[in-house]
Amino acid sequence: MEVRLNNKTKAALSAIAVALFLIFVFLGDKFIPAGSTWKMLITVIEKGSIYALVAASMNLLNGFTGLFSLGQAGFMLIGAYSYAIFTIPAGSHEKVYQYFDGGIIKWSLVEILEGKIGILGHYIGMFIPMLGAGLFVAVIAYLIGIPVLRLKSDYLAIATLGFAEIIRAFFQWNTLGPVTNGSNVLRKYTTYGNAVFPVLIGGISIALILLLINSTYGRAFKAIRDDEIAAEAMGINLFKHKEISFVISSFFAGISGALLAMFQTTINATPFNTVMTYEILLIVVIGGIGSITGSVIGAFLFTAASEWWLRGLDSGRWLGISSSLMRPGFRKVVFAVLIMLIVLFYAQGIMGSKEFSWDRFLTWWKRLPSNLKAWPERHRAKSEARKEARAVKAAAKAKAKEAKADNEARKASGKALFTPLPMSDHVIVFEKEGK
Amino acid sequence: MLAIRNLNVHYGGIHALRGIDIDVPDGKIISLIGANGAGKSTTLKSVMGLVPKSDGHVYWDDVEITSLKTKDIVGEGIILCPEGRRIFPDLTVDENIAAGAYLRKDKDGIARDREWVYNLFPRIAERTWQLGATLSGGEQQMLAVARALMSKPKLLMLDEPSLGLAPLVIKDIFAIIQKIKEEGVNILLIEQNAKAALEISDYAYVMETGVITMAGPGKALLNDPRVQQAYLGE
Repeated sequence: MEVRLNNKTKAALSAIAVALFLIFVFLGDKFIPAGSTWKMLITVIEKGSIYALVAASMNLLNGFTGLFSLGQAGFMLIGAYSYAIFTIPAGSHEKVYQYFDGGIIKWSLVEILEGKIGILGHYIGMFIPMLGAGLFVAVIAYLIGIPVLRLKSDYLAIATLGFAEIIRAFFQWNTLGPVTNGSNVLRKYTTYGNAVFPVLIGGISIALILLLINSTYGRAFKAIRDDEIAAEAMGINLFKHKEISFVISSFFAGISGALLAMFQTTINATPFNTVMTYEILLIVVIGGIGSITGSVIGAFLFTAASEWWLRGLDSGRWLGISSSLMRPGFRKVVFAVLIMLIVLFYAQGIMGSKEFSWDRFLTWWKRLPSNLKAWPERHRAKSEARKEARAVKAAAKAKAKEAKADNEARKASGKALFTPLPMSDHVIVFEKEGK
Repeated sequence: MLAIRNLNVHYGGIHALRGIDIDVPDGKIISLIGANGAGKSTTLKSVMGLVPKSDGHVYWDDVEITSLKTKDIVGEGIILCPEGRRIFPDLTVDENIAAGAYLRKDKDGIARDREWVYNLFPRIAERTWQLGATLSGGEQQMLAVARALMSKPKLLMLDEPSLGLAPLVIKDIFAIIQKIKEEGVNILLIEQNAKAALEISDYAYVMETGVITMAGPGKALLNDPRVQQAYLGE
């Protein structure tokens, strides 16, 4: 029953699945008319991959290195701005930076490279600022990490959260206006043409994170997560590895920030606040802390729920139910309740700390029909077991009550409860078997 | 007097205790020796109601405590000083001591007993304001015993008090255990350090994979060739 494939087959299956998915997204974005339900699916995949990347990067820190960091939104913000600032077309600067005399940077890397080497230059011009955004965020994270990573658990969370808020305030500072446009919106920068772009970039980045986790470094991270003292005793340089994890995680947060900027077509520092960090944290928790697969699934589910399935809750009509309760904001209420339920009753998340594997998936698939058939029986057995457990508990309670009454009665009668064992003055050997 | 009769404990499918009979008479130190996994700790835990019993009885003088809750068992005057010390690391020594008297209401009695345990353990009396975590291993063990004594027990059950301690410190602890007995507290002692335990015990039981295999006065067991071979390394 259990499926075991060799590595070549697995690689081939993965390649085919990825290729089919990319083709689906590419063609879907190109040919499905705007406004249709299927287009919504494409949008969810598009935004979902961006969130999947940032969730995976947060999981690398929280789930694999055990560093409870809440700075992800701040790093995304730096990434988004770093990308946008260098790709606003020369002609648009006057309009975008209207309060700052067109800003100081008056060129776009995309335009320059496109002028030199054509369409390839266009993509290189997008790729360089995106990579640059990641690297810039990594440098900032390195510097922040020096003081912050000496802290532990909740203190680290507070410190990183604080830094994220400082970053946000910094980017909105009026004096930096000629670069960041102050508290005004950045827009008109180059974005991608097809939804396959963020899916591809996100996928490659997540694959890199997975490679890292399965390397020697990944093992060191997990060792630190499980027991810092033991890890240090094995010769793992704690601070160095924490820095590596923090910097790499921030690098990918920066990349996802740049992708988010492209997805939104306009950006502003305000939404990159703690709420955004909590959304990402939620995705990680829903998916399972310590599972990259979980983060990816969680990201898609979260995006689908918030952008698509629960939309109706804000507009007064959802699943055919109309209510005056369903006004803007109600979606968030329902979402909050859902999340509480998940955390209360499903704390290990969707995947726990397991990853996707073809073996497990195909085994599950093969067993699905028989499992479905056996489900009513299993359900019955389970409810019976619950009933039994309740009965046992009740019996124990009754017994305790009885014992108490017995004790009272015996005390009153003054009768001895037991006869003491004989205490010999020499060694006694008993039969080995218990009675 | 504590009497354990036909005690059985199951951990899932594992039959950990298979009918244990043990007596702890008043004014005596009784010890229970045996290898790892023999079921010594399980015996103590199930007496305390920390592990559910599948069969058997536990009597305490004229009370059956088999199915009482842990807090009521402590109320009856039985206390367990758990394995690995388990002191509260972020509380001061004094707060740890106070935590031991949690179920008691008599302020004067608590104050008296505090004096008493500080007299028994002068080393921790010097460190009342230190955090539990900053004590050495031996001091932590002394604190754990002192904390257990604060419930004013009639029976003190000690689980591996010598665990991870230097021979000199072990000697100190065992001297104090004898002193505690002389103050009128019955003692049930679990030890892997069989020699040290048997030397101070009035009577002892040897346990092997969930059953009692031998019993006898501490000195007699100490001189028994079977015990010497299996537990004393001679």
